Amino acid sequence: MLNFTKIKIIIIYFILLFLIFFASLNLNNDNPILKKKVNLGLDLQGGSYLLLEIDTKPLIKERLQDKVIEIKKFLKKNNFNYNSFLINENSISFKIENDNNKKFQNLFFSTKDNTINQYIDQYRTHQFDLEIKNDSYLIKFSKYGLLTLNNSAVNQSIEIVRRRIDDLGTKEPTIIQRGEKRIVVELPGLKDPSRIKDLLGKTAQLNFRLITDKQDDFGSEKMISENGEEVIVNKKIIMSGENLIDAQPRVDNQSNSPMVAFTLDRYGAQKFGKVTTNNIGKRLAIVLDNKIISAPVIRESITGGSGTISGNFSFQEVTDLALLLRSGALPTPINIVEERTVGPDLGRDSIISGAISLIIGFVLVVLYMFYKYRIFGLIANISLVSNLLMLVGVLTILEATLTLPGIAGIILTVGMAVDANVLIFERIKEELRTEKSIIHAFDMGYSRAKITVLDANITTLLATVILFIFGTGPVKGFAVTLGIGIITTLFSAYFIARHLTSTYVLRNREKINL
Amino acid sequence: MKYNFNFVNYFKKFNFISLILVLLSLFFVLFKGLNYGIDFKGGTLIEVRVQNNDIRVSDIRDSLNKLNLGDVNVKNFGEKSDFLIKIEKKLNNNESLISEIKTSLDQDLNEEVNYRRVESVGPKVSAELLKSGIISIGLALLMMLFYIWFRFEWQFSLGSIVALFHDVIITLGIFSILSIEINLSIVAAVLTIVGYSMNDTVVIYDRIRENLSKFNRLEIDQVSNLSVNETLSRTLITSVTTLLALFSIFILGGEILKGFSFAMILGVIIGTYSSIFVASPVLRYLKVSSKTLEKKEDKIVP
Repeated sequence: MLNFTKIKIIIIYFILLFLIFFASLNLNNDNPILKKKVNLGLDLQGGSYLLLEIDTKPLIKERLQDKVIEIKKFLKKNNFNYNSFLINENSISFKIENDNNKKFQNLFFSTKDNTINQYIDQYRTHQFDLEIKNDSYLIKFSKYGLLTLNNSAVNQSIEIVRRRIDDLGTKEPTIIQRGEKRIVVELPGLKDPSRIKDLLGKTAQLNFRLITDKQDDFGSEKMISENGEEVIVNKKIIMSGENLIDAQPRVDNQSNSPMVAFTLDRYGAQKFGKVTTNNIGKRLAIVLDNKIISAPVIRESITGGSGTISGNFSFQEVTDLALLLRSGALPTPINIVEERTVGPDLGRDSIISGAISLIIGFVLVVLYMFYKYRIFGLIANISLVSNLLMLVGVLTILEATLTLPGIAGIILTVGMAVDANVLIFERIKEELRTEKSIIHAFDMGYSRAKITVLDANITTLLATVILFIFGTGPVKGFAVTLGIGIITTLFSAYFIARHLTSTYVLRNREKINL
Repeated sequence: MKYNFNFVNYFKKFNFISLILVLLSLFFVLFKGLNYGIDFKGGTLIEVRVQNNDIRVSDIRDSLNKLNLGDVNVKNFGEKSDFLIKIEKKLNNNESLISEIKTSLDQDLNEEVNYRRVESVGPKVSAELLKSGIISIGLALLMMLFYIWFRFEWQFSLGSIVALFHDVIITLGIFSILSIEINLSIVAAVLTIVGYSMNDTVVIYDRIRENLSKFNRLEIDQVSNLSVNETLSRTLITSVTTLLALFSIFILGGEILKGFSFAMILGVIIGTYSSIFVASPVLRYLKVSSKTLEKKEDKIVP
C-alpha cells in the first residue's frame, strides 16, 4: 500500500491541481472563458423565494361552460330529446329520453373528426369521460383530459409570470415548474416581494361588455361599478384582453389624472369600432377579474384601434394595470403557497458567521490533530486542506449553490474528514505493536483499515443521498456539500495522505514515532 | 494509547438506563409532542431588527394583537434589538397579511423596521414537508438496515438499527422536553446523526467481526470488550474533532444554525455512546459467535 507508481502520483496530483484551479476561479471573476463559480443561495445573498400553485378549479368550470353550446348543438343535430341540462363544478349532466344508451355513446367516443370529445393521440384516450345511469348522462374530464388541461395551464402561467416579473426589471429571476401544479420563483436580491405578489395574485382577465338598462333574466348580471353604483351588465363579451397588443400608463393632459392607453390588434380594432359605432350614448363596462374598473359612456365610434381606460386610479395603479394588460391574463388563478424572503443584511451576517465558525472549527481540528499525531497530524492536516480545496473545486465545476446549511456541511466535513486518517493511523499504531518492520506495519494498517473506512463513509453517504432527494432549498445545499465532502475525503485520505505518509516513512524508517 | 476497560460489566446497567431514556423520550414525544415550526405546521415567521433599543417584546406583541391574528408568538432572537415573530394563522392566500403586519409595526414602533427574514408556509405545503421529512428519515433507516445486512450478518443489521432508533428517539425526546423547534434543518440534522451513528457502529462491528474470526475460542462478550477497547481511541478522537467543528457552529454560526448544531451535538454524543453500549450488547443478546460467521465465510472475508 505504500508503493506508488510514477503515473499514479502524476494522476493524483493532477486531479488535485485541476480541482484547486477550479476552486481558485471563485477568487477573481475576470476570467472570460471559464465563468464558473459557486453561487450563493438566497439565504446568503438575500432574496425572495415564492412557491406558486395554480388553481385549476375555475378553469375546469370555464372549459365546461365553453362546451355547453357545442354539446347542445350536437344533441339537437342528432335528434336527442334532452332535458335537465346542468353545469356542475366539474361535470355537465343531462337526461336523454330517446336513446338506447348506445347511439350517444358511439357518437361521443368516435375517434374520427370528433369535435365534441377530442381524441388525444398522445395518451390514446378522449378528453372527456361519460357516465350513464339509466337516462342520466354525466360528462366530465378524463384523467388525461385533466392532465392536458393542467399542463397547458402551467406552461401558460409560467410564461405570463415570467413576463410580469421581467417587466418589473428584477435581476436574474429563476422561474421553473415543480411537480404537477407548482411554479418556483426565485428572485435574488429582492428585499420585499409584496409588489410581485400583488401582481401575481391577479389573473388580469380583461373584457369589454355593454351596460344595459333593463333587467334581462338571460345573458346579463348585476355588478357594482367603480363608483359604487349598481348596474346591469350584458354577459356577452365584446372583446377581451387577448386582443390587446400594448398598454402603457399615461397622464391625461386635461384632467391630469392617470390612465392606461391601450392598442388593439386588427381583429380587436374592427370589432371595437363596430360596437362603438352602433352603441353611441350607451355605457361600456371595462371588467377586470369580474370587477368593473371603469364604465365610461361611448361618445363617438373608436375605429383607430386604440383607446384609454381612465377611472379613480393612482399612478401606481395604472402602472400595474398597464403591466398586467401587457403581459396578458393568467389562464387560472395562482395561489402563493410558500414564501421565504431573506434581507440582504441577514444574508451578509450569515456569510460572516458561517465563515468565522468555519475558520475557528478548522483551526481547532487542525491543532488537535497536530497535538495527537505530530508529523502525521501535519500530513492529516495537509490532506484536510486539499480536501477542502477539492470540495470547493467540485462545487465550482457543478456550479452548485452554497447555502447556510451548506456551510454547516463543510464545517461538519472538516470534523468528520479526519476520521479516515484517524482510523488509519490508529490501525497502524496497533500493527506497530506486533509488527517489527515499520514499513510492513504501515502497509498493513492502510490495507486493513480500508474496508472499515469505506463502510463507515458509505453509510453517511447513503444518508446524504436521501437528504438530497427529499430535501428542499437550503437543506439540499447541506446534502450537496456533505456528500461531495465524503468523496473528496476518501480521495485525500487514501491518495494524498497515503502518498505523503509513504514518502515520509520510506525516508525516515528508523525514527518513526506515531 | 491502549485502553483496557471492562465495558461488558456495565452493559446491563447502561442498557437499563438506555431503556428508561427511550421510554421516557417516547412518553414525551407522544404526550407532550414536538414543537413543530412553521415548516411543518404552516404559518408565518418574521425576523425583525429595530433601531430603537427601548423596544420590548410587549411593544411588538401589542401592535400585532390589534390585527387579530390569533396565536402570535414574539421573542428575542439573539441580539437585544432582534425579534422573532411567529404567527400560526394559516391562510391559503396570504398576499395581504404580511404587508398588513409590516404597516402596523412600522406605524406603532415609529421607525422603519428592518425585516431581515420573512417565511410563510401554507397548510398544504407544510403537510407535504412533514410527510417527506418522515419518509426521508424512515427511508434512511431502511437503507442503513439493508446496507449492514448486505455487508454483515442479520444480527449486526438488527443491532445497528436498534442503536439508530435509540439515538433518534432520545434526540427527539430531548427536543420534546426542551420544546426546541423542529424545522427542516432539524430533519437534516437527524439524518446526519443517522449517518454518523452508523459510521461509529460500523467501525466497532467491523472490528468485532474481525476479532471473532481471529480468536474463535473467545466468547462474544470478550470479543466485544476487546473490539470496543481497540477502537476506543479512534472513537474518542473522531468524536472530539466532530464536536470541535459542531461547537464552533453552535457558538459562532449565528441564530439560524443554533437548533441544527445543537441537534447534531446531541446526536454525536448519543451516537458515540450507543455504538459502545447499545450496538455491541445486542450482539450478545442475539447469541452471535464465531459460528455465526462461518455460515457465510466466503462472503465476509475482507
